[in-house]
Amino acid sequence: MKKFVTGVIGSAALALSVTSGSAATLDDVKAKGFVQCGVHTGLAGFAAPDDQGNWKGFDSDFCKAVAAAIFGDPEKVKFTPTNATERFTALQSGEIDLLARNTTWTLSRDTSLGFNFTGVNYYDGQGFMINAAKLPGINSALQLSGAAVCVQTGTTTELNLADYFRANNMEYNPVVFQGFDETNAAYEAGRCDAYTTDQSGLYALRLTLANPDDHVVLPEIISKEPLGPLVRQGDDQWFDIVKWTLFALVQAEELGITQANVEEMKGSDNPEIKRILGQEADSKIGDMLGLDNDWVVKVVAGVGNYGEMFERNIGQESPLKIARGLNQLWTKGGIQYAPPLR
Amino acid sequence: MQQADLSYVRTEMLAPQPAPNRERGFGAWLRANLFASPIDTVLTLLGLFLVVWFVPNFLRWAFIDAVWSGPDRSVCATIPQGGIQPEGWSGACWAFVNAKFAQFMYGRYTFSERWRVDLTAIMFVLLMVPLLMPRAPYKGLNALLFFVVFPIVAFFLLVGGYFGLRYVPTSEWGGLLVTMVLSFVGIAISLPLGIILALGRRSKMPAIKLVCVIFIEVVRGVPLVTVLFMASVMLPLFMPAGVTFDRFLRALVGVSLFASAYMAEVVRGGLQAIPKGQYEGAESLGLSYWQKMILIVLPQALKLVIPGIVNTFIGLFKDTSLVYIIGMFDLLGIVRQNFTDAAWASAQTPMSGLVFAGAVFWIFCFGMSRYSIWMERRLDTGHRR
Repeated sequence: MKKFVTGVIGSAALALSVTSGSAATLDDVKAKGFVQCGVHTGLAGFAAPDDQGNWKGFDSDFCKAVAAAIFGDPEKVKFTPTNATERFTALQSGEIDLLARNTTWTLSRDTSLGFNFTGVNYYDGQGFMINAAKLPGINSALQLSGAAVCVQTGTTTELNLADYFRANNMEYNPVVFQGFDETNAAYEAGRCDAYTTDQSGLYALRLTLANPDDHVVLPEIISKEPLGPLVRQGDDQWFDIVKWTLFALVQAEELGITQANVEEMKGSDNPEIKRILGQEADSKIGDMLGLDNDWVVKVVAGVGNYGEMFERNIGQESPLKIARGLNQLWTKGGIQYAPPLR
Repeated sequence: MQQADLSYVRTEMLAPQPAPNRERGFGAWLRANLFASPIDTVLTLLGLFLVVWFVPNFLRWAFIDAVWSGPDRSVCATIPQGGIQPEGWSGACWAFVNAKFAQFMYGRYTFSERWRVDLTAIMFVLLMVPLLMPRAPYKGLNALLFFVVFPIVAFFLLVGGYFGLRYVPTSEWGGLLVTMVLSFVGIAISLPLGIILALGRRSKMPAIKLVCVIFIEVVRGVPLVTVLFMASVMLPLFMPAGVTFDRFLRALVGVSLFASAYMAEVVRGGLQAIPKGQYEGAESLGLSYWQKMILIVLPQALKLVIPGIVNTFIGLFKDTSLVYIIGMFDLLGIVRQNFTDAAWASAQTPMSGLVFAGAVFWIFCFGMSRYSIWMERRLDTGHRR
């Protein structure tokens, strides 16, 4: 049934993409004066409201970066909270210009749904958490045979779980729930031995547990979840702008350009820094995208570089304290890598 | 035979004696009400046990051990959880509700424009209270202001974009504001529309009857969730690119039509309870159809179904939470959304937020319920059984 629904939505979306893709999104965005950005309805660290109701998070900051690249003002963005099903129709129907909602990059989404993924802003993966006080001696997911596992239904998580246990010839009892809250409550109440979801979700869960020190995340990562922003197919200029905004954030971190020192860096002698910041005499770094030549300056001044965004929202400066891991720069052991901006 | 001869008959009345000791006082009341039979005794003890077990713990959690204010999650978390409270502490995190209170009321409504919401709320209360008090004068003018002028003024005030007021898109609305607007509009539309549908369903004209029956049965037969879901996921695909319906409008239409169908059946129940003599009497006086309905039948029928009508209103008020499906956040939705704020995520946050939301919903629903009981008694002009 789920497949059928997805198929119907997919084919309807495909039929529509022919008509909706041709418009120049950049011109539309400039005309209305803001970027309409689809985000999660609420995911700790990625998109959640703060005390004043402003969107704060890693994904919502990326939307702000795109707004800064176009308008020079990171606040010229409006957020549309979307849930797992309506996120794709919202983008397809033109209700939003850009979707940054921790969406896993898959082949079918990139092709038959009619989207283009602009890169990976967060490499996630599915993991397990267990209550070590209850289950001493378990230090690998391979020892979980026969365990009751709490999982959210209707997600790729549930499918990955089934694949993993089948591939390793292990038995398990899935304990499925509809939402994040219910799943957390069931795990906390001890209705299952292990909890599985994306690792970023496990860190968010730890914040709500009564005895977080009793719970350990097992080392196995059982799936690849490259999460990235996406746009509609058919407008290559807009695709390029969003894609290179992401690369610019990563490149700025690699070159040591931060929110604090970006103005100072404009006077740097390093040719690469001069080039990315548009300080060369005949710079075309922005013209090629249809933006101002100092667009990278505006992005970094607006939201900081990739590392600053990470640490502020989900890293050590946030309550989540997620380690950089795969999301470290390629020069520091991770796989975040940007092609040259030239 | 003379009375005086009957020496065994008392000549004066005996002074009333107090009831036997075992039939009066607190002990007798207890015996009569709580321990009358073995089953009663068991139930009483069980109830007492539940109260003793639950209430002190709840009071302790909600008031004594609660945290009332603070900057972030650290005040609501124990030391192992990364906070400042001693290990084993458990108390309500009202600091979370405190910090997010404005958001729970207004959603993301532009900060500098929130006086417009306040003004609308004040107008709403000032117009509604006299309307609900039977003794207040100028009912006609009051009703005109409340049902015609107020919605128009409220629309321009809340949405803006005219008269120098800044435009505030409905996507920024949320919290109690959304709950109130949705339920007020739902109630104001569903009652008249429901009455018309009920009359239509009992009409002798086949076309009108058929239309009303189809509408009522189709709308009642489909879950509201499905309609909202279709409106949010499928509708945009059928529209030309770039054309989108306001989500809030979709919810308003969906909720109002739903409540109308339920209301129609409630009102129809009232219409059926009116004896045929009332209809015939009205006709024999030479009243037209509308005169008959407005002057004779509906006043009696509506009075009979006040509990049903209020039941529908209360249901509607709580159903507004379903707009969560289409990415709008009513009071409950925005409370739950804020659980995901990492700055406030703690073991106590969800429970505190839900207790707060529950209390707010309860206050409104209980208020409606008490008013309807009062109104029922006031309008009770006979027929008491």
